[in-house]
Amino acid sequence: MHKIKVKINGTDYENEVEPRLLLVHYLRDKAHLTGTHVGCDTGNCGACTVFLNGKPVKSCNMLAVQADGADLMTVEGLARGGALHPVQEAFLDKFAVQCGYCTPGMMLSALALLKSNPKPSEAEIREAIEGNICMCTGYQQIVDAIAHAADLMGQSRSA
Amino acid sequence: MIPPKFEYLAPTSLAEATAFLAAHPEEAKVVAGGQSLVPVLKLRLARPGYLVDLGRISGLSYIREEAGTIAIGALTTYAEIKESALLREKCPLLPQTAAVIADVQVRNRGTIGGSLSHADPSADMPAPILALGAELKAVGPKGERRIAVENFFHGMFATALAPDEILTEIRVPVLTGQRSAYLKAARRATDFALVGVAVRMRVGKNETCDEIAIGVTGVADKAYRPAAVERALAGKRLEPKAIEQAAAAAVQGVEPLGNIHGSAEYRANLARLYVARAIAAAK
Repeated sequence: MHKIKVKINGTDYENEVEPRLLLVHYLRDKAHLTGTHVGCDTGNCGACTVFLNGKPVKSCNMLAVQADGADLMTVEGLARGGALHPVQEAFLDKFAVQCGYCTPGMMLSALALLKSNPKPSEAEIREAIEGNICMCTGYQQIVDAIAHAADLMGQSRSA
Repeated sequence: MIPPKFEYLAPTSLAEATAFLAAHPEEAKVVAGGQSLVPVLKLRLARPGYLVDLGRISGLSYIREEAGTIAIGALTTYAEIKESALLREKCPLLPQTAAVIADVQVRNRGTIGGSLSHADPSADMPAPILALGAELKAVGPKGERRIAVENFFHGMFATALAPDEILTEIRVPVLTGQRSAYLKAARRATDFALVGVAVRMRVGKNETCDEIAIGVTGVADKAYRPAAVERALAGKRLEPKAIEQAAAAAVQGVEPLGNIHGSAEYRANLARLYVARAIAAAK
């Protein structure tokens, strides 16, 4: 067993983990943050996307011990004090959710894009979610939602 | 899927890491970003007794110009290569390749050194590294040595690295003024290459091909340079017909492999097509 310390959504965690424990299972089963989903479990679908030191990664494709000392953010870290994040608002407004399974990963990939590129083109939005697969609602509403989120975040910056 | 049990080590120096590898040559496996190895562990295609994580060793992630070459630390991620202003200006073939490897999340973790050491015959990075004539630095318990890339890949998942050696640096030439491109065929945009072709060339007056180097991945048990294509084009004008005729030799001297994603014949045909397309696309 290895002792790891991580920060998740601003809270410190310290746990003993088996080296083979995947980060996604650590988040769900040890930190009890079940918003991060296990989808394909092969590193393709992106439902397990979380931020590792500010950058999106696939948490099914790394070990919890590799995240020792890291600053993590999961979908639970988006809303603040009960107020939805603009990306969440936008996904609601544009009906970018059907079954919701891919949504946590989609929203984190969207936020990663908007942090570095506040006014993305449609092509840039599509490229930013290339590592996230949706199998029901289709991508158009998701692309619309991310463009809308860019507008909402732009408004809140200029307000 | 759950990986098999293993012991985990996170050394903080190369000396510590290579000493451990020397003591456990058969049972230890090195991990960097883990974007190839973690899936392999989950599928239980590998069952190492020890996993030696390079992630805690500082000073292995950098891109810097040194005396006419560009030195890239083995732990540099694909995302860092894709975004590097230095590489975009002086060796654009690497950012061109990194941009089409997997997806955003995988590029944030996957490393150039990890990909080359893993030597997956369908990995993208070996193609441009061959075309660039890179020099690789390996460090072991007895010190460091330089390996020319043409001697590095030995076959499927096999390289010139000894069990106690770690790839630490990739050195590529400054290529200002050359044209380059990386094109790949894949079933899905984020997949490994069915066929991937990297091209760099110096083009003279009247569109004459003064110098050309090509790397092909995905076709055989290891990435290779189609020497017959390079010879056929050297000194010729880069006209569509000349390119097409030269590209016909894209699999000369290699044995194309087939699997569930494409037969050997299909890959050979794709190789001829993509060699021609990559040459035409180079800019």
